[in-house]
Amino acid sequence: MTLTLGHFLSLGAMLFALAVIGIFLNRKNLIVLLMAIELMLLAVNMNFVAFSHYLGDLHGQVFVFFILTVAAAESAIGLAILVLLFRNKSSINVDELNTLKG
Amino acid sequence: MDVKTGFFYLFSTVLLFAAFRVITARNPVHAVLYLMLAFSQAAAVWLLLRAEFLAITLVLVYLGAVMVLFLFVVMMLDVDVDSLRRGFWKHFPLAAIIGVVIALEMIYVLMGGFRDAPQAVVAATGVPVPNDLSNTKLLGKLLYTEYLFPLEIAAVILLVAMISAIALTLRQRKDTKFVDPSAQVRVRARDRLSVVKVTATKPPVPPQPAPDAAASVEKKA
Repeated sequence: MTLTLGHFLSLGAMLFALAVIGIFLNRKNLIVLLMAIELMLLAVNMNFVAFSHYLGDLHGQVFVFFILTVAAAESAIGLAILVLLFRNKSSINVDELNTLKG
Repeated sequence: MDVKTGFFYLFSTVLLFAAFRVITARNPVHAVLYLMLAFSQAAAVWLLLRAEFLAITLVLVYLGAVMVLFLFVVMMLDVDVDSLRRGFWKHFPLAAIIGVVIALEMIYVLMGGFRDAPQAVVAATGVPVPNDLSNTKLLGKLLYTEYLFPLEIAAVILLVAMISAIALTLRQRKDTKFVDPSAQVRVRARDRLSVVKVTATKPPVPPQPAPDAAASVEKKA
């Protein structure tokens, strides 16, 4: 039994589903929410790399490169906002972030 | 079942287990460490797909920088885990149903659509990557020719992220003594030194009525 594209795509799908479950479970914990988003990006990158390999097209890997760049920027800014939030509210509970609610 | 398939199943099993532990770990530090494990397994899977440059980039940049940043932040914040874990399993049935539905639908569509077609594409186009060039070299050629402009935009995005992260978390400490350089440059001599006119000789002071003072002293006594 050799590996097909379907194997890698299924792995990406399961990873993505796990990340979605994680977002549901950790509704209050902002740190774990950020980590679940990282897992989602990893699943998407997995699909890109698998397609790039099986279709013989290197552009998919270039796209993964850019996704990694943007994900690094996103997590840096997200963590900065998290630190700022914790400094102001002494908590990272998402339920308490209702200051902007009308 | 060849060795490559065995390795794929090993790596993906560990990857899925680590991802599961990321979302269920009680301690956020453990979650970050499991996320590092997940990323390293993903890098191994990418090595199976012959994406060597991206696999090493994932290890170096993600495990070495971004995950360590996560770890720093998690350790720096004193998070009250118990209040965050309250009602953790309340939405688990809904989450499990949605997750399983998403995974099954995606697997059904992807396995149905891509089980045999990509093999045909690879067979039709021959060897996908020339064997005399490494993955890194090919990727570099593509990045610096065709994707030069997006690459520069990516660099600008990283710069913006860096500046905004610094600007967001910068704060003035109240107890430090510091000099404002712009105010220091703008200062003039007259701000620091003022010449006050003082007459050289003072007018004679009229003598105090001494008997009066003596009388008051006597009254107090």
